[in-house]
Amino acid sequence: MTADAAPATPGRLARQRRRQSAARFWRSYRTHRAGMIGLAALVLFALMALTAPLTVGSGVAGVTDAPGAPLEAPSLDFPLGTDRFGRSVLGLVVWGSRVSLLVGLLAAVLSVVIGTVVGVTAGHFKGAYATVLMRITDWFLVMPALVLAIALATVMTRSLGTVILAIGVTSWPTTARLVRAQTLAVESRPYIERAKALGGGHWHIMSRHVLPNVMPLVLAQTTLMISSSVLAEATLAFLGLGDPTVISWGGLLQDAREAGAVSAGDWWYLVPPGIAIALVALAFTLCGRAVESVLNPRLGVAR
Amino acid sequence: MVSDAVTAPVARARRPRTGTAYPRYVAGKAGGAAVSLLAVLVTGFFLFRLIPGDPVKTMTGGRPVSAAQLAEYRREFGLDLPMWEQFTDYCRKALTGDLGTSYQFRAPVIDKITEALPNTLLLTGTAFVLYTALGMFLGTRSAWRHGKLGDKLNTGLALTLYSVPSFWLGLLMIIVFAVGLGPIPGLFPTGGMESGGKEGFAYVLDVAHHLVLPVITLVAVEYGQTLLVTRSALLDEMGSDYLTTARAKGLRDDLVRRRHAVPNALLPTVTLVFVNLGRTVAGVILVETVFSWPGLGGLFYQALSVPDLPLVQGLFLFFASAVIVMNTLADLLYPLLDPRVGR
Repeated sequence: MTADAAPATPGRLARQRRRQSAARFWRSYRTHRAGMIGLAALVLFALMALTAPLTVGSGVAGVTDAPGAPLEAPSLDFPLGTDRFGRSVLGLVVWGSRVSLLVGLLAAVLSVVIGTVVGVTAGHFKGAYATVLMRITDWFLVMPALVLAIALATVMTRSLGTVILAIGVTSWPTTARLVRAQTLAVESRPYIERAKALGGGHWHIMSRHVLPNVMPLVLAQTTLMISSSVLAEATLAFLGLGDPTVISWGGLLQDAREAGAVSAGDWWYLVPPGIAIALVALAFTLCGRAVESVLNPRLGVAR
Repeated sequence: MVSDAVTAPVARARRPRTGTAYPRYVAGKAGGAAVSLLAVLVTGFFLFRLIPGDPVKTMTGGRPVSAAQLAEYRREFGLDLPMWEQFTDYCRKALTGDLGTSYQFRAPVIDKITEALPNTLLLTGTAFVLYTALGMFLGTRSAWRHGKLGDKLNTGLALTLYSVPSFWLGLLMIIVFAVGLGPIPGLFPTGGMESGGKEGFAYVLDVAHHLVLPVITLVAVEYGQTLLVTRSALLDEMGSDYLTTARAKGLRDDLVRRRHAVPNALLPTVTLVFVNLGRTVAGVILVETVFSWPGLGGLFYQALSVPDLPLVQGLFLFFASAVIVMNTLADLLYPLLDPRVGR
């Protein structure tokens, strides 16, 4: 952008600046105890999901040659008991983390991408386009997202793609509103006017000036969004709208309910998947709130 | 409790200054709501007509059906007509309250909805009052003493319960308090709304007995949101000069909070309480499903597991419209709470 500088310098300067701001961000983030706890929990869960093929293996989900008797209470062999097919609940929870985290992550990314595109374009192009777009956003914001997601998942085929789509296209409006507000703030700064005066087009301004400035916000929003996506995935799976062929935490809870674990008092079948969902959701929420308060200290989030 | 102290002085301050602005504000909000409701109607149509490809196939769900039967279904549900004719037909019917016929109950969708609505209102209304009051009360306390131990415990518990899936909490409640676990005997019914065969006061007590666990579950998962919103809204006000002034006048701390800080923090809180109604709808659907509560949420679950498309569609229209109407009512309430809005 700075045409008068030496060819290699602008890139290096930018990289250096980014490294510095990342380091500054980390220093500030480290002071948030809750955020650090959340981050540690996330690292553990990520490791668990990634190493699942080594620790439990895909055989844990097979119903034909299950190692135990159905609905065994916790014992040394099965620390968390067995499910209705005699599979180890501990193994299933570890294996289920893969689908739950993957769907949560992808749905959150989809939702944040839609929200960012809508937000940045609505903030950049003013006038009728922005008005219409923001009315649509407000409409989605008010709509009961789960009802919409259920309706979508009901009419489409049962698959992970459907679940990701159903969560993604119903949960973007908060991101869109936040990103639009930030875009408006960025676009009122003098350097945007300078970029325009130098002949920068819409795409140039949005991608090179606005987007880098809204990225921190988008990052915080993604973290918070993963938390709600994991919950939404569990909810859809519990309602029987997930992919019946894969193991996920919500699906395990649905299995448990169908197997009559509630009235039989088989708590070991119900408690672990729920705790896993709650811990992951909580960890992402803690991280997201810490990121938010680093970026916007005025929010007054507890440390 | 909080609102009593709040509305009186604000309403007094408002009265002399309202002119013609409020009617215009009302008209604007009502127009917006009408557009939103129309959008719901259009979405309801296309969601259930275009995506599935063939509703009759979805409806029969892979069961073997003869071609004659398929044609019969198609005619019965008006699926043999051109798309635009189906659409105008659907709009006309929806506006007159005809939402089609449920596949599984063989009864008009609107009848099923009106049948279940009072039960849902009972459950949701009770929970809504309780979680809003609890959230605002704890949120105010938390913000006023922010950074202290009580605040940390409050926020921590709220965040944790906020992250817990409502249906899972409901299942645990049933295991512990209805089925009984170890030394704890089952104190409450596992589900439903009544045991049957009761009349008069005994019936009321019976319903209340069935209401306890679902309401506790809903309150537990929903109050955190209100708490956090109230807390941050109040924290925004905490540094303001007018609070220092109020204290300098020698007002008691309690009065500074109730008369000065809370009224100003109330508007964002009310806004978010209503925007979050959509989330509450989700909570209600799940809690009713888990506790077999004979309300709209339980009906929705029955409908989607078939899937009974007219019923899913009817409930979709109903939930979405209800939330939009409630939000519009909240919009109309703001100028009464905050004189800066709507002029």
